[in-house]
Amino acid sequence: MLGFLIRRIIQSIFVMLAVALIAFMMFRFMGDPVNSMVAETATTEEREAVRERLGLDQPLWVQYGRFVARAAQGDFGLSWRNARPVSTLLAERFPATAELVLVAAGLSLLVGIPLGILTALKPGSLSAQTLQFVSLIGISLPTFVTGILLILVFSVWLNWLPSFGRGTVVDIGWWSTGFLTVSGLKALILPSVMLCLFQLTLIMRLVRAEMMEVLRTDYIKFARARGLPNRSIHFRHALKNTLIPVITIFGLQLGGLIAFAIITETVFQWPGMGALFIQAVSFGDVPVMAAYLVLVSLIFVVINTSVDLLYAVLDPRLRADAARAAH
Amino acid sequence: MMYRDLMMTAAVLGCIATGASAETLRYATARDVYGLDPHAVTDSFTNIFTHHIYEPLVRYDADMTVEPALATSWEVIEPARVRFTLREGVTFHGGETFDAADVQVSLMRAVDPKSPLRGNLPGLKAVEIVDDLTVDLVLEGPAPLLNNYLTNIFILDSGWLEEHGATTPIDASQGEEGYTTNNANGTGPFRLESRRPDALNVLVVNEDWWDTPQHNLTRIEHSPIGSDATRVAALLSGEIDLIEPAPLQDAARIEAAEGVRMLENPGLRSIMMGINMGDSLVDGDVEGNPLKDLRVRQALYHAINMDLIRDRIMRGKSRVTGSLIAPQVTGYSEAMDERLPYDPEKARALLAEAGYPDGFAFNLNCPNDRYVNDEAICQAMAAMMAQAGFKPRLLAEPRQIHFQKVDNREVDVFMLGWATLPMLDGFSVLSAMLATPEGEYGTFTPAGYANPRVDELTRGVAVELDPEKRLSMMQEALMLAHEDVAWLPLHQQPLSWAVRDSVEIPQAADDLVRLWYARIQN
Repeated sequence: MLGFLIRRIIQSIFVMLAVALIAFMMFRFMGDPVNSMVAETATTEEREAVRERLGLDQPLWVQYGRFVARAAQGDFGLSWRNARPVSTLLAERFPATAELVLVAAGLSLLVGIPLGILTALKPGSLSAQTLQFVSLIGISLPTFVTGILLILVFSVWLNWLPSFGRGTVVDIGWWSTGFLTVSGLKALILPSVMLCLFQLTLIMRLVRAEMMEVLRTDYIKFARARGLPNRSIHFRHALKNTLIPVITIFGLQLGGLIAFAIITETVFQWPGMGALFIQAVSFGDVPVMAAYLVLVSLIFVVINTSVDLLYAVLDPRLRADAARAAH
Repeated sequence: MMYRDLMMTAAVLGCIATGASAETLRYATARDVYGLDPHAVTDSFTNIFTHHIYEPLVRYDADMTVEPALATSWEVIEPARVRFTLREGVTFHGGETFDAADVQVSLMRAVDPKSPLRGNLPGLKAVEIVDDLTVDLVLEGPAPLLNNYLTNIFILDSGWLEEHGATTPIDASQGEEGYTTNNANGTGPFRLESRRPDALNVLVVNEDWWDTPQHNLTRIEHSPIGSDATRVAALLSGEIDLIEPAPLQDAARIEAAEGVRMLENPGLRSIMMGINMGDSLVDGDVEGNPLKDLRVRQALYHAINMDLIRDRIMRGKSRVTGSLIAPQVTGYSEAMDERLPYDPEKARALLAEAGYPDGFAFNLNCPNDRYVNDEAICQAMAAMMAQAGFKPRLLAEPRQIHFQKVDNREVDVFMLGWATLPMLDGFSVLSAMLATPEGEYGTFTPAGYANPRVDELTRGVAVELDPEKRLSMMQEALMLAHEDVAWLPLHQQPLSWAVRDSVEIPQAADDLVRLWYARIQN
């Protein structure tokens, strides 16, 4: 177990170095931030001076080397857009993204799994058919369209929910939370619905398929023959085995949620890391973009590692294999 | 439909009832301010936002004329020395008294070699304190535009800067965060209550302001909303009172909705096409550069139907222009506003006369995220040019890439917008866009353009103190550029803001929101 973890940590360092390198290779095609940083009337010399101070006149590998050397000491530099430390910016935005992703992930599980079970147990019923159809829309509609539609209906027409922002947030240390105020909770609804919709339909369809598969297996037939009540068969025996692949996919998709949050945060002006990244891209703010990409790659590695560990906990056979291999 | 209208009305009533709009103005823009240090960024939106907190020695009023602010009067005592008398009894939000030392420290901070604002106050050598309320600005030479420049340079308290170790400007490349980025202490009509970057900035009224307020606001809540659709939705749902910009494609929808209205006027920013007159085209299919030939440039001019672009792409809201500067800007004359008429036949004839009956290929470089409908304008122009026999290749790219290419002269026919801000003077066009590149001159001058008379006039205008002489020199230079077709002017792009009906605010042509002129009617 310890060896596995150490291997993963070393791997993740290489992943992050590679991501940063690829990022720096791409930044060359992003154009020049200097024009956004100087006055419109700035002379050519002034522009060159700024370029020099930012190190933009240096070759790619020097810029990359400097970034890595400083990042290794935990220093991601200053944002070119607003002259604030990148680490502060990311820390400031992280709670917003984390809360949004958490709620969206929770919603997709809490709604997706029951709906999946329902459609699996009564596949022919009208409600199941309707759900299947609706989920098809959810999976195929681009998320920004859903977001705008939600705003149009719930903010502009019905005027129930805010169309942008996080509402009133409460600071607990460095963490700013929207969970403790009514306006903060209201502000969470639309963005998290938009963000979870794809995940929700995916989980529902996955649970349905897995459940129907499991219900056809011999041990379920045997359980029925034993005369166990349906309730016990469905939820105690079938559901448990259904959930193993669902958890894998869910874990992998959690990274996807963070990635998709970029779109949700842009539509709802949610002050999270995704919105920060988009602004950095449109400005050409290299320090922020590089740090964000490295951080997201770290999050992906952490999630994947946790899923692997969780898998071993859920599936006793894997533990047995490992034990046998050790002998 | 009925239901929706009812709900809208209810929404508006709801706002009034809860008192959220009493004298609070909720204001949304496309992005947040970059920071609160007025000497750290040159971005005009950031500047006008900090102008609510900090003030300059002289300022523009709603009609864009220079009026006294922290200085009450000024006098040129020698060509290169201007004496400013400062306003008495002004205090900063933190209680400090405003005096000559503040002016000295602030101006020198703004022109520090590390300050990005340096170019906005050229030629300042030193600030000498005469007494507590009098300062002399020592310049490198006569500076006819000094006051125009000063409208953009804000005054900070010297003691406060020293206390927080901030007397030199913030340098993003040095990796240190400055105290002044997130804290502010000015003399202006509003003071900073709180700031959450990219979420909410709150300003509250400064009860001790030296000036008589024309506004009736007690509080300003500024939220950046990046997505156009969301910004409009927030206005329609009653969460926001003023949006800037209001996307042109949503104007009809906003006008149709109840309780809100569009504010649309032609702005100062003139959009034009620069023309590569260097020895070769970046991406051509003929020897040399046909665009060096005046007839070819005239043909290009005759090919463009700006009235059609105004009616179809700009919703009739742009002002088609033949001039490189707007009528409000010093240096303008009606003669230079005369366009070469739209005439594709004549364009073909001129092209044939110049020896290119079958046209030639060149790049048409445009940004796609900088000016109002920039990409759509270029698509239309590409089609019009093709009709007249040209073979333009349209390259619509994000602004960083576009302007990098413009800087490097890697463009053939390229789009540029110019508002002459912050000086509001034709000299800005002469020095940055027409003079032959050399030193501080010619940052955007198209490759290969050099007119000795324009260069001579530009250098003359820079130091001429007699306003009338100066004006006629500027007009002469701009007319020469007009005859040379050094640039192909298109239009002044419209400003477009949208407000609740209860909000009254003058829409200044420089597209800057000055909330100290805003009033909310209840």
